[in-house]
Amino acid sequence: MTAVLQSSGLGKQYGRRWALRDCTLSIPAGKVVGLVGPNGAGKTTLLHLAVGLLEPTSGTIEVLNSRPAESPTQLGRVGFVAQETPTYPTFSVADHLRLGGWLNPSWNSDQAEDRIKRLGLDPGHRAGKLSGGQRAQLALTLAIAKRPELLILDEPVASLDPVARRDFLRGLMEVVAEHGVSVVLSSHLVADLERVCDYLVVLVNSRVQIAGEIEQLLASHHRLIGPRRDPNTLPTNQEVIEAIHADRQSTLIVRTDDPIHDPAWTVEQLSMEDLVLAYMDRAAAAGSEPHRPALAQVRP
Amino acid sequence: MIRLTWRQFRTQAAAAFAALAALAIVLAITGPHLAHLYDTSGIATCKPPSNCDALKSTFLSHDKLLHNLLGPLLLAVPALLGIFWGAPLVARELEAGTYRLAWTQSVTRTRWLAVKVVLLGLASIAVAGLFSLMITWWSSPVDQVNMNRFAPGAFDERGIVAIGYAAFAFALGLTAGTLIRRTVPAMATTLVAFVGARLGMTYWIRPQLMSPAHTTAGFGAASNLAFEASGPSGVTFVAGPPHIPNAWVYSDRIVDKAGRPATNLHAFLLKACPDIGGPPNSIPPGTRAHAPANRATFQACIAKLSAKFHETVTYQPASRYWTFQWYETAIFLALALILVGICFWWIRRRLT
Repeated sequence: MTAVLQSSGLGKQYGRRWALRDCTLSIPAGKVVGLVGPNGAGKTTLLHLAVGLLEPTSGTIEVLNSRPAESPTQLGRVGFVAQETPTYPTFSVADHLRLGGWLNPSWNSDQAEDRIKRLGLDPGHRAGKLSGGQRAQLALTLAIAKRPELLILDEPVASLDPVARRDFLRGLMEVVAEHGVSVVLSSHLVADLERVCDYLVVLVNSRVQIAGEIEQLLASHHRLIGPRRDPNTLPTNQEVIEAIHADRQSTLIVRTDDPIHDPAWTVEQLSMEDLVLAYMDRAAAAGSEPHRPALAQVRP
Repeated sequence: MIRLTWRQFRTQAAAAFAALAALAIVLAITGPHLAHLYDTSGIATCKPPSNCDALKSTFLSHDKLLHNLLGPLLLAVPALLGIFWGAPLVARELEAGTYRLAWTQSVTRTRWLAVKVVLLGLASIAVAGLFSLMITWWSSPVDQVNMNRFAPGAFDERGIVAIGYAAFAFALGLTAGTLIRRTVPAMATTLVAFVGARLGMTYWIRPQLMSPAHTTAGFGAASNLAFEASGPSGVTFVAGPPHIPNAWVYSDRIVDKAGRPATNLHAFLLKACPDIGGPPNSIPPGTRAHAPANRATFQACIAKLSAKFHETVTYQPASRYWTFQWYETAIFLALALILVGICFWWIRRRLT
């Protein structure tokens, strides 16, 4: 399967601060990828590198097998909805659709107009007077009517109310179903991603913590509850992501591809939120130190 | 991209067109009248025995207010273009975040910038050029009377230099906006830098563009002759620069026949014109004696001085007017191109 996004040792530095470093990723085509991480983790940097708004300081990134933004064709193959969904406030909705037609040879004006009609947006309405939800929908319409192969969305629903958020994600899923477009979607809210994504990338402290298909990730991570025990005594094929010790009991989150046989453990399934939080906590505990072995988190 | 540029720019374009149209109407109404006044005033054929100065000042009093407004207007137009067209061009997109929309469509940002810079840059040049053309036409009778085409306030308000100023101001605004990334600070920077560049050009670079010519002139051609009381030593002879139409006089001084500075002028004055050159009994210190009681004494003394001394003048002749206009325009156009080049480089390499 070909990769829609492939990066190797990708890094971006601002002054002395690394906004993203050592990012090696290979995201397969046909997925809806959730990029999750706390605010300031480097999600926007990664996505801006993917659409060519930024150039990497180190490493390489290829999107649809080309350097981002290297040509008008390449730009046309990637649709982008930026954070806070910027639009031109003095332009009407119809002006934005015209703009899309002017700037994109592959523009599908029927699809764009049809979508605006279904959303109930007035084409004469100024974008500056739209609600956040309407503006996000307009930005999404612009991004999909250029008929991209890959759609990249940076926190598109972060500032929306629950109803607008649901409608937006529903619209996004319709597009995925109709056109088979690959999607990379960032959010700091796991619940949003859970609804729509089948592939997960967790980004914390400028580094990718884990990436993979959500089904596989959930199948390979377990919560083990049992008598108090030193995590170092676990079998070597079980990587401890998080360890919480009470007086007599240990609760571990481990990653393993093999079944767990130890009868001392009660094995529980993880939710996606549990999984993401475990990796976020681990990264937070490790601080910004590179390549340190995972620390067990100890609570009394 | 051209259509998007027009869609984003049409309000400013309409404002510029309205301003041009309004000025055209005002000038079209008043201009022919002014030209007619000049033709019928007799200034063109006036010879010294009749009172030409009076004719001139009468003529110059017509439309004085409008004339006084047009100059500053033409000085302001390039600055306004830089502030309102150049500075927001990139800065507003960066500030509002819309660059993320514009630069992720199927148009590279180099082309995005190229189309905008070419269209708005040419529009700036056209606007300033038309303003200058209209004002040059309207002012031509006034300029024929004033005969001072090189003077600051005349040189830079006529001809083609406005084109260079406009291109430079636009490029300056563009660069400030691209580097500062915020519209209002970029506007302020543009204004300050533009005024600085214009002053630097007018008072520092322009006088050095060509090495000046030299000429000599007798006191008969001088614009002003006087004997001035100066301290206890007596009276000094004062001669203004000769009036050379439309020339730009840098300096003038009194020399003797051999071309040496007139250090012995005072001694000569005491000897040749004892009535005037003596101690200041009759002339209170600090005052001038333009027309002494005895006009014949004055004239006789001037005649004696003329036999021994004359003036030497360092100046740019009127024939170099267009050479200076082209030089200055070319310098500002070249600066504009350099700034635009910086912007392209910055947007491609640094804004990433």
